[in-house]
Amino acid sequence: MSFVGLCDCNNFFASCERVFRPDLEGRPVVVLSNNDGCIIARSNEAKALGIKMGTPLFKARDLIRRENVAVFSSNYQLYGDMSARVMNILRSEVPQIEVYSIDEAFLDLDQMPVDGLQRFAQRLSARIRREVGIPVSIGVSPTKTLAKISSKLCKRYPALRGGCLMYRKQDVEKVLSTFPVKDVWGIGRRMGVRLEAAGISTALGYYNLPPQSISKMFTVTGLRTWKELHGEPCIGFEDAPQDRQTVCISRSFSQEMTTLEELDAAVSTFTAKLAEKLRRDGLCAEQLSVFILTNRFRDDRPQSYEVKASLFEVATDDTLELAERAAALLRQIFREGYGYKKAGVMATRLIPKGGVQGSILDTLDRGKRSSLMDVIDAINSSSGNYTVRLASQGQMDEFSTRAMTSRKFTTSWDEILEVKC
Amino acid sequence: MSKEAELAVVHAGFPSPAEDFMDVALDLNKELVKNPSSTFFARVKGVSMIEDGVGDGDMLIIDKSTEPYDGCLAVCYVDGEFTLKRYRNMGEYALLIPANKDYKPIRVDADNQFAVWGVVKYLIKKV
Repeated sequence: MSFVGLCDCNNFFASCERVFRPDLEGRPVVVLSNNDGCIIARSNEAKALGIKMGTPLFKARDLIRRENVAVFSSNYQLYGDMSARVMNILRSEVPQIEVYSIDEAFLDLDQMPVDGLQRFAQRLSARIRREVGIPVSIGVSPTKTLAKISSKLCKRYPALRGGCLMYRKQDVEKVLSTFPVKDVWGIGRRMGVRLEAAGISTALGYYNLPPQSISKMFTVTGLRTWKELHGEPCIGFEDAPQDRQTVCISRSFSQEMTTLEELDAAVSTFTAKLAEKLRRDGLCAEQLSVFILTNRFRDDRPQSYEVKASLFEVATDDTLELAERAAALLRQIFREGYGYKKAGVMATRLIPKGGVQGSILDTLDRGKRSSLMDVIDAINSSSGNYTVRLASQGQMDEFSTRAMTSRKFTTSWDEILEVKC
Repeated sequence: MSKEAELAVVHAGFPSPAEDFMDVALDLNKELVKNPSSTFFARVKGVSMIEDGVGDGDMLIIDKSTEPYDGCLAVCYVDGEFTLKRYRNMGEYALLIPANKDYKPIRVDADNQFAVWGVVKYLIKKV
């Protein structure tokens, strides 16, 4: 039997904040979304207060004041760096890891003898806690789906000290009998609802279904999850990150935008950023979309979510070409009388720059424009973002207020930790 | 072709004798940061360690992977504050020893919120 591990950082964003604020140990902590609109991360204490994921800040204000909850704006520079530290320690201890998200990675434990795995997971968990300061839960099982569940057990039972090996049939069945089926990896929300309707609420209920009825009801994915719960690996180890299918830049605004000029500046800035990202990754987009959104938490105003996409004759990574198209799309979806809360641009149908097919109708000297983009990127990376920019980008760089952001302790010399002496 | 030009042509194709001795340039990061995943930087504010050569504004290179040992220079967290002191483990309690005759040692025990946050490996001073 071969084994796979899942390392999941506990309440990752809140834990990152606590590394530099040890006084917050034991106190409820929440972290807000990009525009400080919603709560996107909670410490255990905050969860215990009944604060839900995605709660708008204004709805939780009273509770936050009453319970002395520490509130942070998201500090992605810090979280990204702390994540890299955790991943590097994992890499140093196992032959292969698959980074699944900012706070989760699968571990290839194929070569390790089973009798040492529990202690290995606990030791690794303790090492990350001591060296980076982040508490993690490491689940070890024969399949990815089961490893996800065993890592959740670590959170439920502190006595496991951050490491849990689960593989014996009787252990698996006992755990699944208390595990909600909707929380199983691979069971989507819709599938969870259907199962609930059919009277199946625990993972064990799903596990006990005959496989024929599963493939009839839930197709291939459902059967794959069922097999994984039975200890048969169906989801392989992907060392290399998957090809990117989309690049999206969007932002919520701290104040509603009502005029086309304001939105133009925002969309143009996003497009410049998007184009820069495409060039950095060596990609060209065949399709560009622009979307704008009114404030969904205000019932007294008209609501609107508008999106419009457009295809390019020749896939492109050119700022000017993309921005021109974005401006045209924006004009098709913008309406007077609305307050817009969020806007974004998205590049889809991405292909590597080397594989772009030319067209006889092409009117652009792509070689020349490509050199121009190189120059812009070089200047912007050496002299700071937006030294060179489109006239339409305007003067606004930061659209959000970031009132409660902690320091960039690990990525900015001006913001490193201060130690009294 | 003149004599000079001929010489130049010959030399152009001649491999540099230094090529076999190429080396990577010195990198302070490699020397000062042995464990990048557990290393953090901090800046000193205050003069309580001045007799140990630690001055206001100096930069600390801290490694959280080093077990605190008796007498180490440590970034400690005491009752809501980070402070730099010599750490002395006294069993029942710990002493945080300053290096400045105007300051007194701090005694911490179970009643304090206390942790050794990290051990200082290097000190960088601007001269």
